[in-house]
Amino acid sequence: MASFYGIDLKSRLLLGTARYPSPAVLERAIKASGAEVVTVSLRRESGTGRAGQSFWSFIQALGLKVLPNTAGCHSVKEAVTTAHMARELFDTNWIKLEVIGEADTLQPDVFGLVEAARILCEEGFEVFPYTTEDLVVADRLVEAGCKVLMPWGAPIGSARGLNNVYGLRSLRAHFPDIPLVVDAGLGVPSHAAAAMELGYDAVLLNTAVAEAGDPVEMARAFALATEAGRAAYLARPMEPRDMAVPSTPLIGKAALGD
Amino acid sequence: MKIFLNDDAHEVDPGTLAAALDTLGYGGRKIATAVNGRFVAAAARLRTPLADGDRIEVVAPMQGG
Repeated sequence: MASFYGIDLKSRLLLGTARYPSPAVLERAIKASGAEVVTVSLRRESGTGRAGQSFWSFIQALGLKVLPNTAGCHSVKEAVTTAHMARELFDTNWIKLEVIGEADTLQPDVFGLVEAARILCEEGFEVFPYTTEDLVVADRLVEAGCKVLMPWGAPIGSARGLNNVYGLRSLRAHFPDIPLVVDAGLGVPSHAAAAMELGYDAVLLNTAVAEAGDPVEMARAFALATEAGRAAYLARPMEPRDMAVPSTPLIGKAALGD
Repeated sequence: MKIFLNDDAHEVDPGTLAAALDTLGYGGRKIATAVNGRFVAAAARLRTPLADGDRIEVVAPMQGG
């Protein structure tokens, strides 16, 4: 069972709620994924607009744990203020902290991230930092008070999978007791399985499901892959070898040669 | 006086943030607010006076990844 800030979860798949063809498809995809945590955000709303209110009703009806994000924030001040607004709106101390440093790759500004994480942890937030696989940054985030780390697999929405398997494996080895979530960049279920086979506690994805031809079926596929990857990790995979080893024993083989 | 709400200019009577939000159609809504880049909690809106030229941000729940 995965555990984040004292909350135990049976599902190791966290699902984003953006970019679905319709609210009905989103609802069915969430159910098919088995996710118990969904990510949400906040955006400007006019005095006559009702989109935010109807989305809020939709989220409440799901009865799931919500993880608000600070998506689109490029400075510490912006991210911290957004976190405050999210805490009030969604009535949770959980915050997926994003401080974006580069527009083309949406790469985290790890310097701003550590600074914002320190401020928010001191204010009682339970921070899920969207970070890179850099070990030293991860150390700083843990020192700042983060009890979960969320390294990227690849740039957000890129569907490239795990760009740096070595880095992710190192992070897992370096932090055996910190819950680790691969967040962003997954494109197909095998990417999720690969992350789970590395011993990651969970995966967080959005676009791979939302922009699939059939989001509901893709959500189900990701759920199966996440579970398969976790089971494989617990079953301790064999080590790769350079040379072939026959799987069928040679002892007792009939002598039929010349 | 003139205030800016989500970058749009509005003329409102001098008063609090809560009063301005009511005037502009946000009464009873699920929103969060900031004034000049600083978060203002819902409970503090009644005692937060606005000044001419203040910049208000009003956000609501939205889909996110």
